[in-house]
Amino acid sequence: MTNSGTIQQGIKIQPVCETTDKKADAGCAKLFMAKRRRRIIIQQIMFILFRIAAMINGIALFIIVFFIVANGLKAINWTFLSTPPVDSMTKGGILPCIVGTLCLSLGAIVVSFPIGVASAIYLNEYARPGRILRIIRLGISNLAGVPSVVFGLFGLAFFVIWMKMGVSILAGALTLGVMTLPVIIGSTEEALKAVPDTYREASLGLGATKLQTIFWVVLPAALPGILTGGILGISRAAGETAPIMFTAAVFYTPDLPSSIFDEIMALPYHIYVLATAGTEIEATRHLQYGTALVLICLVLGMNLIAILYRSKLRKKM
Amino acid sequence: MLFKNRMVKDKLMNYLFLWIATASITILVLITLFLFTEGLPILKKVSVKDFIFGEYWYPTSDPADFGIFPLICGSVFVTVLSAAISIPLGVMTAVYLAEIAAARLREIVKPIVELLAAIPSVVIGFFGMVVVAPFLQDWLDVPTGLNLFNAALMLAFMSIPTICSLSEDAIYSAPDALREGSLALGATHWQTIIRVVLPASISGISTAIILGMSRAIGETMVVLMVAGGAAMVPGSIFDPVRPMPASIAAEMAEAPFRGDHYHALFATGIVLFLFTFTFNLVADMIAHKYRQVGEASL
Repeated sequence: MTNSGTIQQGIKIQPVCETTDKKADAGCAKLFMAKRRRRIIIQQIMFILFRIAAMINGIALFIIVFFIVANGLKAINWTFLSTPPVDSMTKGGILPCIVGTLCLSLGAIVVSFPIGVASAIYLNEYARPGRILRIIRLGISNLAGVPSVVFGLFGLAFFVIWMKMGVSILAGALTLGVMTLPVIIGSTEEALKAVPDTYREASLGLGATKLQTIFWVVLPAALPGILTGGILGISRAAGETAPIMFTAAVFYTPDLPSSIFDEIMALPYHIYVLATAGTEIEATRHLQYGTALVLICLVLGMNLIAILYRSKLRKKM
Repeated sequence: MLFKNRMVKDKLMNYLFLWIATASITILVLITLFLFTEGLPILKKVSVKDFIFGEYWYPTSDPADFGIFPLICGSVFVTVLSAAISIPLGVMTAVYLAEIAAARLREIVKPIVELLAAIPSVVIGFFGMVVVAPFLQDWLDVPTGLNLFNAALMLAFMSIPTICSLSEDAIYSAPDALREGSLALGATHWQTIIRVVLPASISGISTAIILGMSRAIGETMVVLMVAGGAAMVPGSIFDPVRPMPASIAAEMAEAPFRGDHYHALFATGIVLFLFTFTFNLVADMIAHKYRQVGEASL
């Protein structure tokens, strides 16, 4: 409970009715106390309900992670991580999927990081309130809301077909990059906002131009926050399936990619394929759990680092 | 001279950054453009009315039927049911975090909610498929555990983090003067929350709910793996359904390039895109029109 509890206890109870009769007065006070007690009880019950609601989230996270870890650990060993699948994907490891996911998510961040950071710099440092700013912000929030499968369709129509990239790492990374752009912009803006204005004023006061101020003062101060956003972007890209289904990923390819125009396997898509379209769905269950565990470790690990780092940064401000 | 040069450079950089910042809009325009150029040709085969309200989706039979009404129904039902779970849970968690929980507990619960948001959708879909579906099948004695209810449950846990963290921001930023005023008048903490703080932050909470629902309707992997995949209008919440994203993701690989089926799937993408676009515009309008400006919001 917050400090409001102590405020309540400090409140003096005013008489609710004015009589000269002392007995009636005492009755009134009693009634009032009873009413107040009932309200407190209602409050207690409600707070317990709210606490349960909050706990359900924690329990859900715990159950999901527990099932994946408990079943996935059995599948994971060095061979699983370092060999390609064999026997039409019923045995063997997931090396090509790990490599593929790393290629895709790093490729995505190479695309979206510079564009995202530059956009955020414009929005936070240059733009003045007005119609242009409003339209750009509307564009970003709508881009963030586009369904992942629509990004997949777009990637297929634009990168794969129209730009003739074919189903390739390049097309997949570009599609994922476009998708992670709002994540990068959002977190970079937050980082830039957290830089105190006194830094900017001091730099400008020393005769630096706006550009010099941004590059030598604002960006270095915001760098940790911006990098945190980058990590979140990578993890978002690593976990997405629908955008790469039509643009980069294939059921099976034994070789590791040799150029950015190769098709590849990816962890999320591999889980989907094994769980729904594999040759022996029940027999490969342990492989599915294992792949899911690797993906979850990758994604949650990166997120945990970013979240902890960010909360540490916020405390410093 | 040197100074002038720097000023020119500054001006140029301003335009360069502006140009880059419009990338998001450019991409949004490109998405719309390509969806429409690939999707509209289907209208040569069926009318808009038959496409949206047609009750049969048999894209591979001969002659093919392209009616996405069952798919739209699937999407809408799944989203509404998941909202019925995620709105109370999400908003209550947000109230708990912002108003009730001790600061130390808040530090623990908030990252948990954020981590819940970070779990890849394919993992949640996989979990729904191998753990929740058999459980539902045994426990409720329904023919298949892969159904509308299961999908809605899984989607709810994907949209709770969105609803929760955005609502929490809104509740947290309600001015303290309101709380103090209410408490000073003798209201309990609970009465203050329900009658003062929530009404004051209702616009932020509505935005959060709409964005959460928008996330649920566009989510692909969960409905693809868990919803069961039957393209028909569901009769009960334990019937399998085939929402729009699932249909697109499952069939695109087999659809012949630039055939009718291919165009129909892109047209389904347009419908889906319009749904989420509307949701986002409404959320944006609410956020701007009823923006909380200090005490003036009540």
